[in-house]
Amino acid sequence: MDKAIKRYFPVFALPTLVAFTIGFIMPFILGVYLSFCEFTTVTDAKFVGIKNYIRIWGDSTFIHSLWYTALFTIVSVLAINILAFAVAMLLTKGIKGTNIFRTIFFMPNLIGGIILGYIWQLILNGILAGMERTLTYSSSYGFWGLVILMCWQQVGYMMIIYIAGIQNIPGDLIEAAKIDGANNTQLLRHVTLPMVMPSITICSFLTLTNSFKLFDQNLALTAGEPSNKSEMLALNIFNTFYGRNGWEGVGQAKAVVFFILVALIAIVQLRATRDKEVQA
Amino acid sequence: MKKKLLSTVLSAVILTTMLTGCSKEDSTQTQAPAADTKTDDSANKVDDAKTDDTTDNTQTDASTASGGGKVYYLNFKPEQAGDWEELAATYTAETGVEVVVQTAASGTYESTLKSEMAKSEAPTMFQVNGPVGLATWKDYCYDLSGSEVYGQLTSDEFALKDGDEVKGIAYVVETYGLIYNADILNDYFTKDYAVVKSVEEINSFDNLKAVADSIQENADDLGVKGAFTSAGMDSSSDWRFKTHLANLPIYYEYQADGISSTEAIKGTYLENYKNVWDLYITDSVCAPSMLSSKTGEDATADFALGEAVFYQNGTWAYTDLSANGMEDESLGMLPIYIGVDGEENQGLCTGSENYWCVNKNASEEDIQATLDFMNWCVTSHEGCDSLSYVMGFVCPFKEFENYPAANPLVGIANDYVSSGKIPVAWTFTTMPSENWKNGVGSALLEYAQGTGEWSAVETAFVDGWASEYAAVNN
Repeated sequence: MDKAIKRYFPVFALPTLVAFTIGFIMPFILGVYLSFCEFTTVTDAKFVGIKNYIRIWGDSTFIHSLWYTALFTIVSVLAINILAFAVAMLLTKGIKGTNIFRTIFFMPNLIGGIILGYIWQLILNGILAGMERTLTYSSSYGFWGLVILMCWQQVGYMMIIYIAGIQNIPGDLIEAAKIDGANNTQLLRHVTLPMVMPSITICSFLTLTNSFKLFDQNLALTAGEPSNKSEMLALNIFNTFYGRNGWEGVGQAKAVVFFILVALIAIVQLRATRDKEVQA
Repeated sequence: MKKKLLSTVLSAVILTTMLTGCSKEDSTQTQAPAADTKTDDSANKVDDAKTDDTTDNTQTDASTASGGGKVYYLNFKPEQAGDWEELAATYTAETGVEVVVQTAASGTYESTLKSEMAKSEAPTMFQVNGPVGLATWKDYCYDLSGSEVYGQLTSDEFALKDGDEVKGIAYVVETYGLIYNADILNDYFTKDYAVVKSVEEINSFDNLKAVADSIQENADDLGVKGAFTSAGMDSSSDWRFKTHLANLPIYYEYQADGISSTEAIKGTYLENYKNVWDLYITDSVCAPSMLSSKTGEDATADFALGEAVFYQNGTWAYTDLSANGMEDESLGMLPIYIGVDGEENQGLCTGSENYWCVNKNASEEDIQATLDFMNWCVTSHEGCDSLSYVMGFVCPFKEFENYPAANPLVGIANDYVSSGKIPVAWTFTTMPSENWKNGVGSALLEYAQGTGEWSAVETAFVDGWASEYAAVNN
């Protein structure tokens, strides 16, 4: 059987590999190359060395976006995961209508980011209109608006993963703990949490990278107003690329720096949470 | 054994789907050379297409039947997307030359053009918005100086030049100003609180402000919500202020200094810019703090529903206004006065940011086909009729003297010129970058909503110009 799988590996994996190469690896390599070039269209690029990378640091909005994004990521990762776990705990207690609740909580995830952004812009502006203000009044309005939006969208998805994790905990483990006299807090702290650690790893990875790469929602909700103060990294890259003639390469260079950053953070996070995973 | 058979079948299926997928792609990509090699029998096919005149078939026939070249036009104006496709179909039916028209979504022209130009089937005909746009694309622009369409221009000022080469040709001239609701304004003139008695008397910023202030004060009596429509700073509307309104202080500074572009603006008329902006946001239908959520549609609605008297926009707004139920007689247009000496002779802002360019990297046949198509658009009856009356354009070509505009706002603009008022040129095409406009726009918004000072606008305007100019030009 093993041999058969090995023999047919190319047949089954090749289509995907080809697609992956065309759709991901080649654009990626081209993208890295372009970050060292000046270009108007991607097919006639002129090599200029590290000029683009030097120009990044002369742009104060990039540093601001970096910190703004970092702060947003921390807040939203915590908020989404805590909420999603809490909802998952509630919906594994066997209360009436569990399936309906699960479906409803999951539904926001099916709406595309840009539409979600506009919907929430209408809702939040509608609420703020009572104070004669809008989301662009200050960057903190945009910040919390985005946090609310992201929670609303992502909690349902993470909840599904947590539910799967919680349901996988063997009943005898919990029973044993109860016989030993563990109360609910102890049960959560010493049995449930360690057992769902794989789910926590995957959920925190997903929310972390999603928050860092956030673009559509940011564009639709505030578009960076006021004065680029609510502009996150991905939007900043986009604006650099299209904002000035001849700065396409700088946008590209920012994107490479951005990739390295996200990759580093994701690796560190994966290591950190994986260490805490246990086997039943 | 069965399993083996199954897996072989499965992999065969996968392979065939992959191959058919690829071959399909291939066939479209090789279409161009195939069309070239078939030129021999193409003449017959053209005839077929002409005589049959079966509109459904012509397009597909034409793709292989053209005399070599074909046209791909990347259109800038989404308002006219359908009209261009119809005009292209007419041309194809008449000549058998394939014309593809694609339209970029509002606000995405540059990004669409960037990606389309990188393709092997790149646009043969595209647009730039003026000198700054040309700076990006000049290496792609075919020299039009010997072309027929260039010879059709009524004046050389509508050609966009780079040295001696003609790189772009303006195909539509537009005008903007303060559109007003004549019904409400006439009603206002009869009231005893009216500060002027006729629209001719509104010939300076001070008078405009006095009128606007008294309208705002007596809004309830006049049945309006405010003098001006919402000065929305949503991306669908902010260009009216960060680009079009900003044109006036730049224009007057250029006039004063006798220049037509600069690498460092001084901001001589920024105080005037502030006064107009203050007027727009104070005598308005909405609170200044709400501006960022107001869209272009909101402003159109404010005006078309008779809730506001003044609306800064241009001739292109006519279609939207009449679609929203505005009568032609109720429309008027005033110059945007900003309080500069001698402005009683100021006219409306007239110019173009729509220049046709031809892609010089296209094959010779395609370039020729594109030039022929352009010339046809501005000389044939079908072309002129469509551009003038279907699309509602004012086109600076000789033939169009026989096609007077139907758009009442254009008529008003012409009246200003014939009565000797001096039109304000579109200097905003010299703004150094998109970033500069965005910086000014953000500062205007922050000033309006009370979270920023006017000095931030000054910084974005003056310092921003110098730094953006430096960033783009080194």
